[in-house]
Amino acid sequence: MINKVAASLSEAVAGIGDGASVMVSGFGDSGLPIELTHALLEQGATALTIISNNAGTGDRALAALLAAGRVRKMVCTYPKSSGAHVFASLYKAGKIELELVPQGTLLERMRAGGSGLGPFYTPTGYGTPIADGKEQRIHEGRGYVLEQPLRADFALVRAYQADRWGNLTYRLAGRGFGPVMCMAARHAIAQVDDLLPLGSIAPEAVVTPGIFVARVVRKDNHG
Amino acid sequence: MAEIKRLSRERLAQIVASEIPDGSYVNVGLGIPTLVARYLNGSKEVILHSENGILGLRGLLEGETGDVDLINASKEHVQLVPGSSICEQATSFAMMRGGHLDATILGAFQVAPNGDIASWSTGDPESVPGIGGAMDLVAGAKRVIVTMEHTTRDGKPKLLERCSFPLTGCAVVTSIYTDLAAIDVVQGSGFVVRGLAQGVSREQVQALTGAELHWCESVATLSH
Repeated sequence: MINKVAASLSEAVAGIGDGASVMVSGFGDSGLPIELTHALLEQGATALTIISNNAGTGDRALAALLAAGRVRKMVCTYPKSSGAHVFASLYKAGKIELELVPQGTLLERMRAGGSGLGPFYTPTGYGTPIADGKEQRIHEGRGYVLEQPLRADFALVRAYQADRWGNLTYRLAGRGFGPVMCMAARHAIAQVDDLLPLGSIAPEAVVTPGIFVARVVRKDNHG
Repeated sequence: MAEIKRLSRERLAQIVASEIPDGSYVNVGLGIPTLVARYLNGSKEVILHSENGILGLRGLLEGETGDVDLINASKEHVQLVPGSSICEQATSFAMMRGGHLDATILGAFQVAPNGDIASWSTGDPESVPGIGGAMDLVAGAKRVIVTMEHTTRDGKPKLLERCSFPLTGCAVVTSIYTDLAAIDVVQGSGFVVRGLAQGVSREQVQALTGAELHWCESVATLSH
């Protein structure tokens, strides 16, 4: 029998060790797995590489992990949102490594990683500093940059509904990075608003098939 | 030099919006482009795209409450229009990079006559850099429309022979709307002015531009 339901948020993140790479869904606060990031903070893992679109705003979620000194490196596209004061002070103090990636390239690197593809050519960033040190080529008159697939040890994502097989739906544009991160991570953990009995989510309404998901947990299950 | 009467941000946004054809799929960026979106929501069916996967969005009406999972690229609350769709973010970027959007409207620090654009970094190592979706948008949209002030706050040209800041994309910009002029970027010619703000002379605009301006046979007057 397959049962991916974790007993609590803390059990869901128990296996994340020091030095792990962790993808975190969310575009601003939309789709952001706040409860899972707080469970990770309590769990204590450190020297993490966090892969996420933004680098936390205010003092919670990613900003809380950053402020607690748990993050060694951020891989992100836009770490300068208004309210991103925690990342800004770490960055200016030279206390964190930043790998800045164009957003579409980050997404496609994860999609390639999760889909078993190797490096790929994208027109994004051709002739810009992002292409420095990477192979560039012209194909049918257009310039391309060679980019590498990206996987991670874990993903923390916010979905809407799940069943015990790990099938997921998402709420509105909270979908965002969730589906691609579940594919790219070796161990994807989803927090959800609702756990439903197997068979209650219409098969064609499943956005992330359970095969990509290792654990699901209700967002209010503090154990 | 006599005081130059510049187009207001609202008027500039109105002019850009009026040139977007009915039926277009358009992505709008931060700043003046957000204002353009306001003037697009009129009689035409122009479908707005947001990089987080929304196709068919509009600003909130007065009194309407926001939803955390319905925001635009500026992280402002938005609402869906009838006929809208939501997709995951990799598909949204396929729309952008894959040439499916008719236009992207965005701001810039600098633009060059070959269509180079610099919009994400001033090269200052002290400030936090951020790219977001800008490089994908300029790489893929059919038309890359820049809206910006003609000069920096201290009066320096933003239209330059060569961008000095790190590039967002090379040879991608198709047109530029500033508070002084409407300019097309034409391969082989460079900056070609087709509209000039009312009361502004060609010499005045050229003096505030860091590259040679060419002129359409009939240059339109952009009223204030």
